[in-house]
Amino acid sequence: MHIVVCVKQVPDTKVIKVNPKTNTLDRSSAPAILNPYDAHAVEEAVRIKQQHGGKITVVSMGPPQAINAIRKCIEIGADEGVLISDRAFAGADTLATSYALTKAIEKVQKQEPIDLILCGKHAIDGDTGQVGPGIARRMSIPPITNVIKVENVASKEGKVEVRRKIENGYEILQSTTPCLLTVEKEINEVAYSPLPNMIKAAKYEPAVWSVKDLDDVDMTKLGMKGSPTVVGKMWPPAKSAGAKLIEGDAKSQVKQLISIVLEKRQLFEQKGGR
Amino acid sequence: MKVEEYKGVWVFIEQIEGNVVGVSLELLGAGRALADKLEVDLCGVLLGQNVKHIPKQLFEYGADKVYVIDDPILENYRSETYMKAVGDLVRKYKPEIFLYGATSNGKDLASAVATEVMTGLTADTTMLDIDLENRFFEASRPAFGGNIMATILCKKHRPQMATVRSKVMKAIDPQPGRTGEVIQEKIKIKEDDLRTKVLQIVRDTSKKVNLAEADIIVSAGKGVKDANGFKLVCDLADVLNATVGASRDVVEAGLIGHAHQVGQTGETVTPKLYFAIGISGAVQHVVGMNNSETIIAINNDPNAQIFNAAHYGIVGDLFEIVPLLIQEFKVALKEVGGVKTHA
Ligand SMILES: Cc1cc2nc3c(=O)[nH]c(=O)nc-3n(C[C@H](O)[C@H](O)[C@H](O)COP(=O)(O)OP(=O)(O)OC[C@H]3O[C@@H](n4cnc5c(N)ncnc54)[C@H](O)[C@@H]3O)c2cc1C
Ligand SMILES: Nc1ncnc2c1ncn2[C@@H]1O[C@H](COP(=O)(O)O)[C@@H](O)[C@H]1O
Repeated sequence: MHIVVCVKQVPDTKVIKVNPKTNTLDRSSAPAILNPYDAHAVEEAVRIKQQHGGKITVVSMGPPQAINAIRKCIEIGADEGVLISDRAFAGADTLATSYALTKAIEKVQKQEPIDLILCGKHAIDGDTGQVGPGIARRMSIPPITNVIKVENVASKEGKVEVRRKIENGYEILQSTTPCLLTVEKEINEVAYSPLPNMIKAAKYEPAVWSVKDLDDVDMTKLGMKGSPTVVGKMWPPAKSAGAKLIEGDAKSQVKQLISIVLEKRQLFEQKGGR
Repeated sequence: MKVEEYKGVWVFIEQIEGNVVGVSLELLGAGRALADKLEVDLCGVLLGQNVKHIPKQLFEYGADKVYVIDDPILENYRSETYMKAVGDLVRKYKPEIFLYGATSNGKDLASAVATEVMTGLTADTTMLDIDLENRFFEASRPAFGGNIMATILCKKHRPQMATVRSKVMKAIDPQPGRTGEVIQEKIKIKEDDLRTKVLQIVRDTSKKVNLAEADIIVSAGKGVKDANGFKLVCDLADVLNATVGASRDVVEAGLIGHAHQVGQTGETVTPKLYFAIGISGAVQHVVGMNNSETIIAINNDPNAQIFNAAHYGIVGDLFEIVPLLIQEFKVALKEVGGVKTHA
């Protein structure tokens, strides 16, 4: 089996700071990490490979530093990595991102046919989850989003069965391969990396392709030019009048709060006839 | 692409076993306002099997037209079939705006359709408006990493598409007897040509956590620090017979399951009473709860953002305030005869 995993390097949004004066993001405050969902996607690929053999290639689009995200994937157990990095890709929205990644995946596919493509459910910096389905559409393969379990891989028959999360439960879907899955975090726990992987990763140099290394690229579909969406205005969320602060010592604050809450006494009255 | 050829506001109508999901009715409400501003029709797009009874309800909730494809092949949602059907409708009828609920299926479909018809899509929006002068659709959402809202525009491509969170928009009061036009369409796909099959659907109806419908929610943030602090919040919830909510950081710390998370990547809630305890008030949290009737914040930092969103605030140490609240509520609620009776 040849499994391709799309991975993105993202700023760790848990620690990113906002400058309260300017309302702008202090990006330098956040370390760059491998998108957590993508780590789960690589882990799932490793598990499938353990059962069925084969090869895992990770593909990423980003600045040169994104090599570090690829190294992290090698640690988890990916075999090879490709970074596509070029000014022409900059400013891409999800449509232009899926185009560039598709071109890279097509090139990988020429070297070795692909059975499965995995993506994260979404990237934590943008939270859109649109890139995976976009790639699937461009490659004319079925997308299955929100996968929480790979039930069965029948590599010979070219079929997979997966569990997909829906609002109030899940569904089990079967698809022919190749297909594209986007994975939720609960699909697995990322295992500790074995030492040989760590050693390999530390020295690993992925292939880095510029736009010239890709075939049949329509330059108008790349980067900012290829992105239908643009960011208009940005503003801090509406500040309401703000809370009425309850003053006094703890005891009196609590007393006052309780009387405010009890004004909604119908909330607490026994609902009759139940 | 001739942008002027595209007219009308569309809403994707999601249904489960013949029942329209709430967010679709909410989007008809939001879409009605957009369509009125643009002076165009509001249209529903309804796919499924045995769904012919649904358009009547959609007209009452504000739709002028409903495009219906009723076909066994559409019985269950599948990207493959729905994308094809919706893509064909878009190419044929050319809407200028297209809204989808930000549900699993809504997001899946919108992403696929955006690539299919090559247009822009804004995910998880919380505010929708029209720039009438340019006839642009302004889709706004909390943006990357912090306390910022951003408006996303799609100037040169149509339709302008967005997914919208549940419970953010309001459905209109249904107008009994209001009618509209049903437009039947067909899908030209054979089951044999499809690559995906739905083998089984398992719906968990026992759903224990129902944040979206709770009247009182007591939510914990990272200020609770650990399991002990978290237990305090749970105890308070217990006394009030409330549902426990949490910020993302609390969920990620493993103190409670994701089903309890309130916010952009969790549930959107609208209780009568919302307690935010040890929650800083980041925009991604606030967008999930700021339509609550009364919001009470407890935080030891007087500058915490949460005090901007709250109606009442106590600046203080939760480890002191919450135990007192538990104690005093127990007494006070006995007086109103409302302590729950675990019957
Ligand atoms: C794409 C994206 C999506 C997100 N989605 C969500 C989401 O759905 N829901 C969500 O909640 N967050 C979400 N977040 C995260 C969000 O930005 C914040 O990081 C998060 O809400 C912060 O959680 P918190 O308020 O519990 O923690 P903190 O920000 O760490 O705040 C803790 C608060 O507790 C107070 N405190 C500390 N000790 C005490 C004490 N003893 N007594 C009283 N108060 C005390 C502190 O003053 C502080 O204000 C998202 C972020 C991103 C980037
Ligand atoms: N620049 C990128 N490089 C590689 N993969 C990406 C990139 N952007 C998004 N992806 C993949 O698409 C998924 C969803 O991202 P998004 O649509 O941005 O939320 C991610 O989890 C990745 O698997």
